[in-house]
Amino acid sequence: MAGGQERILRGRIKSVQATKKITRAMELIAASRIVKAQQRVVAAVPYSDMITEVVRDLSAAGSSSSMPLLAGRSEVKNVCYVALTADRGLCGGYNTGVMRATEGEIKKDALEGRSHTVIAIGRKADGYFRFRGYNVAKSFTGFTDSPSYANAKEIGEFVTELYASGQVDRVELVYTRFISSGTQEVVQRPLVPLEAETVAGGDAKNAAGADYEFEPSPEAILETLLPRYVEARVYAAMLNAAASEHAFRQRAMKSATDNAEELINNLSRIMNRARQDSITTEIMEIVGGAEAMSSKN
Amino acid sequence: MAESSGVLRVEVVSPERVLFSGESTQVITRTMEGGEIAFLPGHAAFLGALTENHTRIYLSDGTIQNLAVHLGFVEVGPDHVTILSDAAELEEDIDVAAVRATKIRLEEQLRTEQSAEIEAELRRTDARIAATGGL
Repeated sequence: MAGGQERILRGRIKSVQATKKITRAMELIAASRIVKAQQRVVAAVPYSDMITEVVRDLSAAGSSSSMPLLAGRSEVKNVCYVALTADRGLCGGYNTGVMRATEGEIKKDALEGRSHTVIAIGRKADGYFRFRGYNVAKSFTGFTDSPSYANAKEIGEFVTELYASGQVDRVELVYTRFISSGTQEVVQRPLVPLEAETVAGGDAKNAAGADYEFEPSPEAILETLLPRYVEARVYAAMLNAAASEHAFRQRAMKSATDNAEELINNLSRIMNRARQDSITTEIMEIVGGAEAMSSKN
Repeated sequence: MAESSGVLRVEVVSPERVLFSGESTQVITRTMEGGEIAFLPGHAAFLGALTENHTRIYLSDGTIQNLAVHLGFVEVGPDHVTILSDAAELEEDIDVAAVRATKIRLEEQLRTEQSAEIEAELRRTDARIAATGGL
């Protein structure tokens, strides 16, 4: 009987060990991807810095007021949330963090009489918001762990179009900002209309902006530039989200591995005790048997 | 053109990375309505939107860096030229044979149907061919 228990425990230990191997592998993969994702975040900085600067220079030249992407609407009736989550789970609180934040904002808007539109990025957000009956305008999936600029472009175009057609009056990005591999935070950033302070900026370069020569006119440049600017913002958010996703996954998998280790320790302790028990019982039986034989003789 | 001894700090930046960075004496590119334009050190502050074009960067060491820039912006100051483009290719990254094949295919397509997309693709192909020294 006792041997049976030992066998069962041995089986469980084996299965936990197999799980541990998987979680360990996932942890290592995520760790190596963080580095790559981080490099991509850094590599994207020059472009977004420069495009911000150019937008700033242009609006300093006084061509901003007529642009639909720059001009806010006096009455905000519908707010669009672009929620950036992962395609896959097993990354701790990464997905729930973004989805909760988005849901909270939507509920707040509802209290104030504004309706919502959700653009779901990542399979998790898509499932979550659709299942709960939110108004999902479009979902983009399949690239969240290593987004390319083409993906950002697609999203940017859709958002710009949605705003220009008047279906939404404001667009907010909800994503997880990557601060370091130890810290990430869920943030919400306005995307469209472009904030006056982002564009105007308190930068010292501002004064020089007015002296630019433009070709073609500042308005024409701004018209092609602003969509690029929106795309660059989306792209930066996507890279941040991807790096955060890997960081979250690494942490989740590390704790899963640690857990498995602890489980294996506990189980082996129980198994060893069971084995010892069964040996002791066996010896007792033998000794008892031998005694009985000798006393008979 | 005031300081002929000066150099231009040239950067070609795409959203994904800094494509090219170096010192140059002259940069030639093409703006949307204005045609080709050359920048020398000491140029007045300038901001332009670019078409698909073959951009030439004359490096300080005498060599020329050719590249195909497909739309984008150029920002110029007395000592720097910055090209922002979501699609730019350096000469050495372009596969000449493949591009020529694409051009033939696109021209073939254009004969049968008119499409702005194919025309834009053809303009990009032309820029690539020009950047690799053809045409």
